[in-house]
Amino acid sequence: MMEPTLSHYLLVSGALFSIGLLGVIVRRNLLIIYMSLELMLNSANVALVAMSRFYGKLDGQVMVFFIITVAAAEVAVGLALIVALYRKRQTAEVEDLATMKL
Amino acid sequence: MESILFNIFAVLAVLSALLVVVNPLSRSPVTSAMFLVTTMISISGLFVLLNAYFLAAVQILVYAGAVMVLFLFVIMLLDVQETARRKLRIVSLVMGFVAVGALFGVYKSSVEATYEDVEAVDEVVVGSTEALARGLFSKDNGFILPFEIVSILLLVAMIGAILLSKKELR
Repeated sequence: MMEPTLSHYLLVSGALFSIGLLGVIVRRNLLIIYMSLELMLNSANVALVAMSRFYGKLDGQVMVFFIITVAAAEVAVGLALIVALYRKRQTAEVEDLATMKL
Repeated sequence: MESILFNIFAVLAVLSALLVVVNPLSRSPVTSAMFLVTTMISISGLFVLLNAYFLAAVQILVYAGAVMVLFLFVIMLLDVQETARRKLRIVSLVMGFVAVGALFGVYKSSVEATYEDVEAVDEVVVGSTEALARGLFSKDNGFILPFEIVSILLLVAMIGAILLSKKELR
């Protein structure tokens, strides 16, 4: 068997990104859409770490460090928003949230 | 050895990611969250294969630990039965697969045209804690200002989360 090359890692990353995009398009529960967004962020991390490995620069990994931090902050605020929305509207399905008025 | 592990982790990551999004057996967010944990752990396995040891540990700590616990807490606050009852429309599922599959096809051909013959450079970068800290905090080409900005961002996110989850949202 041959060693995994850069394009293999990039294909895995692209597959994960596509699946995340599929989740955002197809699913209608806010929480699962949010999980799909996390999946897309992680696929970008895989691509960055693979680039860092195959080009011999550490900067990609530093960038992934920042992405993980920002993603954690984003999850905290986003989930708080979802909970606040649920309190107002008693639903977490996007098709019931078609108006912008609270 | 490395290729076997790569295949295992890659297949596990993609399969469980698919099960997060379109699980034929269960539509509950709790199963999705559990499969997302599997995906995160497989991705951290890929990080280990790429010599990014610190990031692999952080991936498990932050994603499989903190973020997923937060998700599970919110799922418990919300009504799960409602989601499980609603069916996914077959038409939208097929259209979504077609659209995303076409996007992936374009991506795949462009990756194969661009990065096919990239060889790994001889010097192996090892993303140990020390190496990453040197990359972050070195005086001449470090990331000290972004680091401080991110710490302020975390503070703002914390205040925002507390403010949003108060009973009276003004």
